[in-house]
Amino acid sequence: SGSISSDCLWSFSSTASVAARSYSHGKQETDEEFDARWVTYFSKPDIDAWELRKGMNTLIGYDLVPEPKILEAALRACRRLNDLASAIRILEAVKDKAGPHKEIYPYVLQELRPALNELGIPTPEELDIDKA
Amino acid sequence: MLATRLFRLVGNRNLSTSICLRGGHGVAKVEDYTLPAYFDRRESPLPDIKFVQQLSPEQKSLKEKEKGSWATLSKEEKIALYRISFKESFAEMDKGTGEWKSVVAGIFFFIGFTGLVVLWQRKYVYGDVPHTFDPEYKQKEVQRMLDMRINPVEGFSAKWDYENNAWKK
Repeated sequence: SGSISSDCLWSFSSTASVAARSYSHGKQETDEEFDARWVTYFSKPDIDAWELRKGMNTLIGYDLVPEPKILEAALRACRRLNDLASAIRILEAVKDKAGPHKEIYPYVLQELRPALNELGIPTPEELDIDKA
Repeated sequence: MLATRLFRLVGNRNLSTSICLRGGHGVAKVEDYTLPAYFDRRESPLPDIKFVQQLSPEQKSLKEKEKGSWATLSKEEKIALYRISFKESFAEMDKGTGEWKSVVAGIFFFIGFTGLVVLWQRKYVYGDVPHTFDPEYKQKEVQRMLDMRINPVEGFSAKWDYENNAWKK
Protein backbone atom coordinates (compact mmCIF):
# COMPACT_ATOMS: atom_id res chain seq x y z
CA SER A 1 0.00 0.00 0.00
CA GLY A 2 1.20 3.54 -0.64
CA SER A 3 2.94 2.56 -3.87
CA ILE A 4 2.27 4.19 -7.21
CA SER A 5 0.07 1.30 -8.30
CA SER A 6 -2.12 1.86 -11.28
CA ASP A 7 -3.71 -1.59 -11.18
CA CYS A 8 -6.16 -0.52 -8.46
CA LEU A 9 -7.55 2.10 -10.84
CA TRP A 10 -8.41 -0.52 -13.43
CA SER A 11 -9.72 -3.26 -11.16
CA PHE A 12 -12.81 -1.20 -10.23
CA SER A 13 -13.92 -0.68 -13.82
CA SER A 14 -13.27 -4.32 -14.69
CA THR A 15 -15.85 -5.51 -12.12
CA ALA A 16 -18.44 -2.86 -13.04
CA SER A 17 -21.04 -4.30 -15.37
CA VAL A 18 -22.24 -2.36 -18.39
CA ALA A 19 -25.85 -2.80 -17.30
CA ALA A 20 -25.23 -0.31 -14.48
CA ARG A 21 -25.29 2.63 -16.89
CA SER A 22 -28.56 4.49 -17.12
CA TYR A 23 -29.65 3.87 -20.70
CA SER A 24 -33.36 3.94 -21.37
CA HIS A 25 -32.92 0.91 -23.64
CA GLY A 26 -30.93 -2.22 -22.97
CA LYS A 27 -31.04 -4.72 -20.16
CA GLN A 28 -31.82 -3.27 -16.73
CA GLU A 29 -29.79 -4.68 -13.87
CA THR A 30 -31.92 -6.53 -11.33
CA ASP A 31 -31.56 -5.95 -7.60
CA GLU A 32 -29.97 -9.37 -7.21
CA GLU A 33 -27.39 -8.58 -9.89
CA PHE A 34 -26.63 -5.25 -8.23
CA ASP A 35 -26.18 -6.91 -4.83
CA ALA A 36 -24.06 -9.72 -6.28
CA ARG A 37 -21.82 -7.25 -8.08
CA TRP A 38 -21.13 -5.32 -4.90
CA VAL A 39 -20.62 -8.42 -2.76
CA THR A 40 -18.08 -9.61 -5.33
CA TYR A 41 -16.38 -6.21 -5.22
CA PHE A 42 -15.88 -6.20 -1.47
CA SER A 43 -15.08 -9.91 -1.34
CA LYS A 44 -11.88 -9.50 -3.34
CA PRO A 45 -9.28 -11.20 -1.12
CA ASP A 46 -6.52 -8.65 -1.77
CA ILE A 47 -8.76 -5.57 -1.79
CA ASP A 48 -6.77 -2.48 -0.86
CA ALA A 49 -7.68 0.50 1.27
CA TRP A 50 -8.33 2.77 -1.70
CA GLU A 51 -10.76 0.27 -3.23
CA LEU A 52 -12.59 -0.08 0.07
CA ARG A 53 -12.95 3.71 0.39
CA LYS A 54 -13.94 4.14 -3.24
CA GLY A 55 -16.46 1.32 -3.02
CA MET A 56 -18.07 2.59 0.17
CA ASN A 57 -18.22 6.22 -0.91
CA THR A 58 -19.75 5.19 -4.23
CA LEU A 59 -22.24 2.84 -2.59
CA ILE A 60 -23.34 5.51 -0.13
CA GLY A 61 -23.87 7.85 -3.07
CA TYR A 62 -26.65 5.64 -4.44
CA ASP A 63 -30.27 6.25 -3.52
CA LEU A 64 -30.60 3.09 -1.43
CA VAL A 65 -29.55 1.47 1.83
CA PRO A 66 -27.15 -1.38 0.96
CA GLU A 67 -28.28 -4.93 1.65
CA PRO A 68 -26.80 -6.54 4.77
CA LYS A 69 -24.90 -9.05 2.63
CA ILE A 70 -23.06 -6.24 0.85
CA LEU A 71 -22.28 -4.61 4.18
CA GLU A 72 -21.04 -7.89 5.60
CA ALA A 73 -18.63 -8.23 2.68
CA ALA A 74 -17.47 -4.65 3.29
CA LEU A 75 -16.95 -5.30 7.01
CA ARG A 76 -14.94 -8.42 6.22
CA ALA A 77 -12.87 -6.33 3.82
CA CYS A 78 -12.19 -3.94 6.73
CA ARG A 79 -11.03 -6.96 8.75
CA ARG A 80 -8.63 -8.02 6.01
CA LEU A 81 -7.30 -4.46 5.95
CA ASN A 82 -7.03 -4.32 9.78
CA ASP A 83 -9.24 -1.21 9.80
CA LEU A 84 -11.70 -1.28 12.71
CA ALA A 85 -12.43 2.45 12.47
CA SER A 86 -13.77 2.14 8.92
CA ALA A 87 -15.98 -0.76 9.97
CA ILE A 88 -17.62 1.39 12.65
CA ARG A 89 -17.88 4.28 10.18
CA ILE A 90 -19.71 2.03 7.72
CA LEU A 91 -22.35 1.23 10.36
CA GLU A 92 -22.75 4.95 11.08
CA ALA A 93 -23.17 5.67 7.38
CA VAL A 94 -25.86 2.97 7.05
CA LYS A 95 -27.86 4.48 9.88
CA ASP A 96 -27.49 7.93 8.36
CA LYS A 97 -28.49 6.61 4.93
CA ALA A 98 -31.76 5.20 6.27
CA GLY A 99 -32.81 8.74 7.12
CA PRO A 100 -36.34 8.97 8.53
CA HIS A 101 -36.93 5.21 8.13
CA LYS A 102 -35.93 4.32 11.64
CA GLU A 103 -36.72 0.62 11.32
CA ILE A 104 -34.03 -0.08 8.71
CA TYR A 105 -30.92 0.30 10.88
CA PRO A 106 -32.04 -2.12 13.65
CA TYR A 107 -32.93 -4.63 10.92
CA VAL A 108 -29.50 -4.30 9.32
CA LEU A 109 -27.79 -4.71 12.69
CA GLN A 110 -29.91 -7.77 13.38
CA GLU A 111 -28.84 -9.33 10.09
CA LEU A 112 -25.20 -8.39 10.67
CA ARG A 113 -25.13 -9.53 14.32
CA PRO A 114 -23.36 -12.88 13.61
CA ALA A 115 -20.65 -11.14 11.57
CA LEU A 116 -20.28 -8.34 14.12
CA ASN A 117 -19.83 -10.85 16.92
CA GLU A 118 -17.43 -12.98 14.88
CA LEU A 119 -15.22 -10.04 13.93
CA GLY A 120 -15.54 -8.18 17.22
CA ILE A 121 -16.92 -5.02 15.61
CA PRO A 122 -18.76 -2.77 18.06
CA THR A 123 -21.76 -0.71 16.97
CA PRO A 124 -21.50 3.08 17.32
CA GLU A 125 -24.13 2.84 20.06
CA GLU A 126 -21.95 0.47 22.09
CA LEU A 127 -19.12 3.01 21.91
CA ASP A 128 -21.42 5.95 22.75
CA ILE A 129 -20.34 7.86 19.64
CA ASP A 130 -23.88 7.92 18.27
CA LYS A 131 -24.63 10.97 20.40
CA ALA A 132 -23.02 14.33 19.81
CA MET B 1 16.46 6.90 -4.16
CA LEU B 2 15.75 10.60 -4.29
CA ALA B 3 12.08 9.66 -4.00
CA THR B 4 12.46 7.72 -0.76
CA ARG B 5 14.36 10.58 0.87
CA LEU B 6 11.54 12.97 0.03
CA PHE B 7 9.03 10.38 1.26
CA ARG B 8 10.51 10.54 4.74
CA LEU B 9 10.44 14.36 4.65
CA VAL B 10 6.81 14.62 3.68
CA GLY B 11 5.69 12.01 6.17
CA ASN B 12 3.27 9.18 6.03
CA ARG B 13 1.45 10.33 2.88
CA ASN B 14 0.61 8.27 -0.14
CA LEU B 15 3.81 8.22 -2.16
CA SER B 16 2.04 8.73 -5.45
CA THR B 17 0.75 12.13 -4.39
CA SER B 18 3.92 13.58 -2.87
CA ILE B 19 6.48 13.33 -5.65
CA CYS B 20 6.54 15.57 -8.66
CA LEU B 21 9.68 15.45 -10.73
CA ARG B 22 10.38 18.07 -13.36
CA GLY B 23 12.61 17.06 -16.22
CA GLY B 24 15.50 15.98 -14.02
CA HIS B 25 16.08 19.49 -12.63
CA GLY B 26 14.94 18.58 -9.11
CA VAL B 27 11.76 18.12 -7.18
CA ALA B 28 9.04 20.76 -7.14
CA LYS B 29 7.76 21.91 -3.80
CA VAL B 30 4.55 20.08 -2.90
CA GLU B 31 1.82 22.53 -1.95
CA ASP B 32 -0.40 21.56 0.94
CA TYR B 33 -3.61 22.19 -0.93
CA THR B 34 -2.64 19.72 -3.65
CA LEU B 35 -2.48 16.83 -1.21
CA PRO B 36 -5.56 14.79 -0.28
CA ALA B 37 -7.48 16.50 2.50
CA TYR B 38 -9.51 15.16 5.38
CA PHE B 39 -13.14 16.13 5.67
CA ASP B 40 -16.18 14.76 7.50
CA ARG B 41 -19.04 14.43 5.02
CA ARG B 42 -22.22 12.39 5.33
CA GLU B 43 -22.15 11.51 1.66
CA SER B 44 -18.50 10.39 1.69
CA PRO B 45 -18.04 8.40 4.89
CA LEU B 46 -14.45 7.24 4.31
CA PRO B 47 -12.15 10.23 3.63
CA ASP B 48 -8.96 9.96 1.57
CA ILE B 49 -6.65 10.18 4.56
CA LYS B 50 -6.77 9.36 8.24
CA PHE B 51 -7.43 12.28 10.54
CA VAL B 52 -4.33 11.79 12.69
CA GLN B 53 -1.25 11.58 10.49
CA GLN B 54 1.52 11.56 13.10
CA LEU B 55 0.89 8.72 15.55
CA SER B 56 2.18 8.77 19.08
CA PRO B 57 3.94 5.59 20.30
CA GLU B 58 0.80 4.44 22.13
CA GLN B 59 -1.23 4.96 18.98
CA LYS B 60 1.35 3.06 16.94
CA SER B 61 1.21 0.10 19.32
CA LEU B 62 -2.58 0.25 19.24
CA LYS B 63 -2.45 0.06 15.46
CA GLU B 64 -0.30 -3.06 15.81
CA LYS B 65 -2.82 -4.55 18.22
CA GLU B 66 -5.53 -3.81 15.65
CA LYS B 67 -3.94 -6.41 13.37
CA GLY B 68 -4.97 -9.12 15.84
CA SER B 69 -8.43 -10.06 17.02
CA TRP B 70 -10.69 -7.06 17.54
CA ALA B 71 -12.57 -8.82 20.31
CA THR B 72 -9.53 -8.38 22.57
CA LEU B 73 -9.66 -4.59 22.27
CA SER B 74 -11.25 -2.66 25.10
CA LYS B 75 -14.00 -0.11 24.50
CA GLU B 76 -11.56 2.76 25.02
CA GLU B 77 -9.11 1.24 22.56
CA LYS B 78 -11.82 0.90 19.94
CA ILE B 79 -12.84 4.53 20.45
CA ALA B 80 -9.17 5.56 20.24
CA LEU B 81 -8.80 3.71 16.92
CA TYR B 82 -11.91 5.44 15.62
CA ARG B 83 -10.58 8.85 16.64
CA ILE B 84 -7.25 8.21 14.92
CA SER B 85 -9.02 7.70 11.62
CA PHE B 86 -11.85 10.17 12.00
CA LYS B 87 -12.28 13.63 13.49
CA GLU B 88 -16.01 13.74 14.20
CA SER B 89 -18.56 10.96 14.36
CA PHE B 90 -21.70 11.21 12.24
CA ALA B 91 -23.67 12.45 15.23
CA GLU B 92 -21.10 15.16 15.91
CA MET B 93 -20.81 16.31 12.30
CA ASP B 94 -24.58 16.45 11.86
CA LYS B 95 -25.49 18.34 14.98
CA GLY B 96 -26.71 21.88 14.64
CA THR B 97 -24.66 24.86 15.66
CA GLY B 98 -27.35 26.86 17.45
CA GLU B 99 -26.46 29.73 15.14
CA TRP B 100 -30.14 30.43 14.63
CA LYS B 101 -30.37 31.73 18.19
CA SER B 102 -27.73 34.36 17.41
CA VAL B 103 -29.57 35.28 14.24
CA VAL B 104 -32.94 35.76 16.00
CA ALA B 105 -31.25 37.68 18.81
CA GLY B 106 -29.63 39.95 16.24
CA ILE B 107 -32.97 40.49 14.52
CA PHE B 108 -34.66 41.53 17.77
CA PHE B 109 -31.74 43.74 18.72
CA PHE B 110 -31.75 45.70 15.51
CA ILE B 111 -35.53 46.03 15.48
CA GLY B 112 -35.29 47.40 19.00
CA PHE B 113 -32.54 49.80 17.99
CA THR B 114 -34.65 50.97 15.07
CA GLY B 115 -37.48 51.63 17.52
CA LEU B 116 -35.21 53.86 19.56
CA VAL B 117 -34.19 55.74 16.44
CA VAL B 118 -37.87 56.28 15.53
CA LEU B 119 -38.68 57.64 19.01
CA TRP B 120 -35.72 60.01 18.91
CA GLN B 121 -36.77 61.20 15.46
CA ARG B 122 -40.27 61.92 16.66
CA LYS B 123 -38.94 64.09 19.43
CA TYR B 124 -36.05 65.88 17.78
CA VAL B 125 -36.55 65.77 14.03
CA TYR B 126 -40.22 66.07 13.16
CA GLY B 127 -42.01 69.41 13.52
CA ASP B 128 -45.56 69.79 14.79
CA VAL B 129 -48.41 68.00 13.05
CA PRO B 130 -50.82 70.21 11.04
CA HIS B 131 -53.64 72.00 12.88
CA THR B 132 -56.10 69.66 11.25
CA PHE B 133 -55.13 67.09 13.91
CA ASP B 134 -56.36 69.27 16.81
CA PRO B 135 -59.25 67.70 18.75
CA GLU B 136 -61.51 70.69 18.12
CA TYR B 137 -60.85 70.55 14.41
CA LYS B 138 -61.50 66.79 14.37
CA GLN B 139 -64.80 67.36 16.10
CA LYS B 140 -65.83 69.80 13.44
CA GLU B 141 -64.83 67.27 10.78
CA VAL B 142 -67.03 64.55 12.32
CA GLN B 143 -69.96 66.95 12.55
CA ARG B 144 -69.50 67.85 8.88
CA MET B 145 -69.46 64.17 7.90
CA LEU B 146 -72.65 63.52 9.86
CA ASP B 147 -74.30 66.56 8.29
CA MET B 148 -73.38 65.20 4.86
CA ARG B 149 -74.84 61.76 5.83
CA ILE B 150 -71.60 59.91 4.97
CA ASN B 151 -72.43 56.16 4.50
CA PRO B 152 -75.95 56.47 6.00
CA VAL B 153 -77.02 52.88 5.35
CA GLU B 154 -74.35 50.69 6.85
CA GLY B 155 -71.33 52.86 7.59
CA PHE B 156 -70.49 56.08 9.39
CA SER B 157 -73.79 58.03 9.71
CA ALA B 158 -75.77 54.84 10.14
CA LYS B 159 -74.16 54.54 13.57
CA TRP B 160 -75.27 58.05 14.63
CA ASP B 161 -78.57 58.55 16.37
CA TYR B 162 -79.85 61.83 14.89
CA GLU B 163 -82.83 61.99 17.27
CA ASN B 164 -80.72 61.97 20.42
CA ASN B 165 -77.61 63.55 18.93
CA ALA B 166 -75.36 60.73 20.12
CA TRP B 167 -73.74 57.59 18.81
CA LYS B 168 -76.09 54.63 18.66
CA LYS B 169 -75.64 52.21 21.50
